[in-house]
Amino acid sequence: MITLYHYLVLSCILFAIGVAGVLLRRNILIVLMSLELVFNSVNISLAAFSHFLQSMAGKVFVVFTITVAAAEVAVGLAILVVIFRQKKTVYVEDLSEMRH
Amino acid sequence: MVEAIAFYVFGGLSVLTALLVIFQRDPVRSAIYLVACFIQVAALFVLLRSPFLAAVQVFVYVGAVVVLFLFVIMVLELKKERFSEYIHRGQRPWALFIIPALIGEVGYLAVKGKSKASLGPYSEEFLVKQGSTESLGKVLFTKYIFPFEVVSLLLLVALMGAIILTMKRGKE
Repeated sequence: MITLYHYLVLSCILFAIGVAGVLLRRNILIVLMSLELVFNSVNISLAAFSHFLQSMAGKVFVVFTITVAAAEVAVGLAILVVIFRQKKTVYVEDLSEMRH
Repeated sequence: MVEAIAFYVFGGLSVLTALLVIFQRDPVRSAIYLVACFIQVAALFVLLRSPFLAAVQVFVYVGAVVVLFLFVIMVLELKKERFSEYIHRGQRPWALFIIPALIGEVGYLAVKGKSKASLGPYSEEFLVKQGSTESLGKVLFTKYIFPFEVVSLLLLVALMGAIILTMKRGKE
C-alpha cells in the first residue's frame, strides 16, 4: 500500500539530489537543470498532499509552480547567454564580480 | 499491488535519472536524462490521479524547458568538460554537510509527522464522477482566479525580460 509518506520520501530524495547538483556542479547550465529537479520534487509532494488529503489546492499550486519554473528558466537562460557573450565562460566561480 | 509496483518503478527510475543528470559531463546528455526524469514524474502524477498535471508536465517541461536548454547549449558551443573540473571543489564540504542533514531532517519529518488536516470533498469517487481535470479547472477559474492572473502576468514579464536581456544593443 502506497501512502503519503512514500511520496514524501521520494520527493525528499529528489530534492536532495537537486540541491547536490546546485552546490556541486560548476556549469551554470547544470545548476539550472538541478533547480528544475528541485521544482519537480516540490511538485510531487504538492500533488501527493492534494491526492491523499482529497483537496484541490495542491494540484492548482502545481500548475502555478510549473508556470513560475518556466518563467525562471527563460530569464535564467537569457542571463546566461548575456554572460557568455561578455565573458566566454559558463563556470560559476568565474562570475565573482558582485562579491568584491 | 499494481500501484505499488508502478510507484517503485517510476520513483526508482526518477531518482536514477536525476542522479545521472547531475553526474554527466556533457550538458546535452544531462538534458536528455532530464527529459527521462520529467517523464517519470509525469507518470507519478498519473498515479496521483491527476492526468492533467501529467500532460502539463510533459508539455511545459519536456516540450518547452528542455528544448530551451538544448537551444542554449547549441548556441553557446560548449566544449566537453574535463573530468577533474566538473565538480566545484570549494563547495564540496558544504554539500557533504548539507545534503545528509537535509535528507535526515525531511525524512524524519515525513516518517514521524502526523497529518491533522481534515479530508477535503474531492474523494476518489467524486473525482471519478466529476472528472479530475474538470474539477481542477472549476477551482482554478473560480477560487484561484486572482493568483492565476498574477501568474500569467509574471509569465508575460519574464518573456519580455528574456527578449530584452538577449537583444544586441550598442548600435546607437
